[in-house]
Amino acid sequence: MIRSLLSALTILLAALLVPAHAIAPDEILEDPALEQRARALSTELRCMVCQNQSIDDSDAPLAKDLRVLVRERLVAGDSDSEVIDYLVSRYGEFVLLKPRFAWHTLFLWAAGPLALIAGIIAIVFLVRRRGKGYAEKVVAPSGLSSEEQKKLQELLDRD
Amino acid sequence: MVIEFGHFALVLAFILTLVQSVVPIWGALTGDTRLMATASPVAQAQFILVLVSFIVLTGAYLNSDFSVVNVWENSHSAKPLLYKFTGVWGNHEGSMLLWVLILVFFSALVGLFGGNLPADLRATTLSVQSWVTAGFVLFILATSNPFNRIPNPPIEGNDLNPILQDIGLAIHPPLLYVGYVGFSIVFSFAVAALILGRTDAAWARWVRPWTLLAWCFLTLGIAMGSYWAYYELGWGGWWFWDPVENASFMPWLAGTALLHSAIVMEKREALKVWTVLLAISTFSLSLLGAFLVRSGVLTSVHAFATDPARGVFILVLLCIFIGGSLALYAWRAPMLKQGGLFAPISREGGLVLNNLFLTAATAAVLVGTLYPLVLDALTGEKISVGEPFFNLTFGPLMVPLLMAVPFGPVLSWKRGDLLAATQRLYVALGLALLVVLFTFWLWGMERVLAPLGIGLAVWVMAGAVSEIVTRVKFFEIGLKRGFSRLAGLPGSAWGTAVAHFGVGVTVLGIVTATAFEYERIETMRAGDTVTVSDYQVTFDGAAPRRGPNYTEDVGHFTIRKGGVTVAELDPSKRFYTARQMPTTEAGIYTTGFSQVYLSLGESRGDGAMDVRVYFKPLITLIWIGCVIMAIGAVLSMADRRLRVGAPKPAAKRRRTSAVPAE
Repeated sequence: MIRSLLSALTILLAALLVPAHAIAPDEILEDPALEQRARALSTELRCMVCQNQSIDDSDAPLAKDLRVLVRERLVAGDSDSEVIDYLVSRYGEFVLLKPRFAWHTLFLWAAGPLALIAGIIAIVFLVRRRGKGYAEKVVAPSGLSSEEQKKLQELLDRD
Repeated sequence: MVIEFGHFALVLAFILTLVQSVVPIWGALTGDTRLMATASPVAQAQFILVLVSFIVLTGAYLNSDFSVVNVWENSHSAKPLLYKFTGVWGNHEGSMLLWVLILVFFSALVGLFGGNLPADLRATTLSVQSWVTAGFVLFILATSNPFNRIPNPPIEGNDLNPILQDIGLAIHPPLLYVGYVGFSIVFSFAVAALILGRTDAAWARWVRPWTLLAWCFLTLGIAMGSYWAYYELGWGGWWFWDPVENASFMPWLAGTALLHSAIVMEKREALKVWTVLLAISTFSLSLLGAFLVRSGVLTSVHAFATDPARGVFILVLLCIFIGGSLALYAWRAPMLKQGGLFAPISREGGLVLNNLFLTAATAAVLVGTLYPLVLDALTGEKISVGEPFFNLTFGPLMVPLLMAVPFGPVLSWKRGDLLAATQRLYVALGLALLVVLFTFWLWGMERVLAPLGIGLAVWVMAGAVSEIVTRVKFFEIGLKRGFSRLAGLPGSAWGTAVAHFGVGVTVLGIVTATAFEYERIETMRAGDTVTVSDYQVTFDGAAPRRGPNYTEDVGHFTIRKGGVTVAELDPSKRFYTARQMPTTEAGIYTTGFSQVYLSLGESRGDGAMDVRVYFKPLITLIWIGCVIMAIGAVLSMADRRLRVGAPKPAAKRRRTSAVPAE
């Protein structure tokens, strides 16, 4: 945390002549519907000179320029995806805090679900294998046949 | 001279870590008790030596000894005394020294309190712990020495980064480090078990209290950091999915899985192999966190490549410890004996489900954190992975887990009855549904997710309460006997219920503060009033003020509710002169669990100022819930069975006595 703030601030400082602040009142659009769309878009766009801050949160001058740009496009009648396409064409995919779903991000998006599925498969596999192997491997040393073992298990489970 | 003494103590400590890395484990493997017996005194000597060097560095900070590079870079004679003290770990070198101090502190603790462990296990554990310590002390001595001197000492220092001059940041790193490093002991235990090729009852009982201790501090550390970011960074966010935050969150997730799987291992001797793997993974993620934060790789892969000394050193440590322990695991884990069987629907089954989702969530966060770095390094393509991504991938994994939380503790061991468990939870379920309907009725269909989220939180909280109620059997045996049973419940039962309740509280805070926040952004002149929720916020004017090492513009605000003044706030914008750096100090009024949050923006001339005014409903519950979780961990640690010696496991006794009876 300390390190990130340090570096974020050094970068900020370099770009910072007049201390500004995230979203100034004069940026806000008069049409509340458009403004709401602008805010929603802003939280998904990265302030590229900051560390992991959206342009909605950042007080860097670049973030302000981007906020104004997003609003200009919206006023000009762009749809949300057109605004995003426009920004990506200008600044690259780096500007998106939510990466696009594509080949190069496939593993990124799939990691969580894949881990879950792999986990489920592993559990099912292990449960099956142990269910089969249990009688021979673990119980055999005590000298009980699997049938005796079953009986014993029933007795044990009763209490 | 004193400074060199501190430096020398650290070098001596390094030599002792080398001794401890070899001698006790040699004794354990050859059965030589004299060699094993060296572990504990050497661990304590290490602790004393590192403590001496830490005290020397602290002394240099308190005396503003600018002949030390580290002090000159990070301190200032006018800095308040408290921040001279906390500045010791407010920088790379000092924080690494703190890290090592905590490592050897835990070694010394194991030496002191490990009397009831088998001698060879204790000796091996302390040797493994020393491998880790040796690596980090060498890292400090080779690349990050805080005792380096300047030939011609300057008269004044550069001051500490102003955003670190805050009481929150004073407490945050030590808490976090105790958490991170606490997992090192569990790691050393796991590796020792692999080396010795056995996990006996004593081993199983030792893992859980240490995990709980580390987890407790990590929880508090993360919560503290989150609250600090909330009030200090000035835009009212409390979690950013920043890689550095993720670095502390991943060990937390894995550690949470670990402390649950350790229950199964302790009670039923099952999941041993898995618990060993989790113990290794948890500390590996702590090490990964240290690498991410300390190497500078996050700022830029290329900056890392141009000044690689520190980063490469930690990367090598990381590869040795993670790779080595995983290789050892692959080789030795099949030798560990597996324990009790259980049906899928059972307490064990519930804990496996918990582990499944927590592990998947850890994987999602891990990949999300590393993916942009790896992609950049491999293809040069730059992408960002931020909050919207994590909300989409992490959130859906948490929802089923939270839905399952109340079921776990009411299922019985070995073979549970889902229907019977559900019956015990009828009240909680009914309450949650009522709350969902009520919120829908109150807010309409405009926010669909929020009422469901609140319902989920209530379900988890009410489930925790009904777990205690059903355990005590209040309704069957009457209140009086019920209360005496309540007092007699084991600490671990209370710990579970309290910690789960805390999870519900945090979820409630997250949902309400996110969904029902009010925000106003206005340019205000003296006398202007803005209304958020039920509160009228009036700007009375701003004035400049001087602090010890900064100047500030302070805005004065009066907050009224229904015309009655309830609070006066003075948010400010500071400017730290030594570092030429601005910061914001938010003004916060807490009412119940909710907060009114004020933050100053740009000045517009003729006394007008940009002001951001928020009403954040129930937001303090986010951190209160974390504190409740930590209290749960403490209750669980206080459990009697963790203090008495390890008895023979019930299953084994029963099996041996049952066989002759046949």
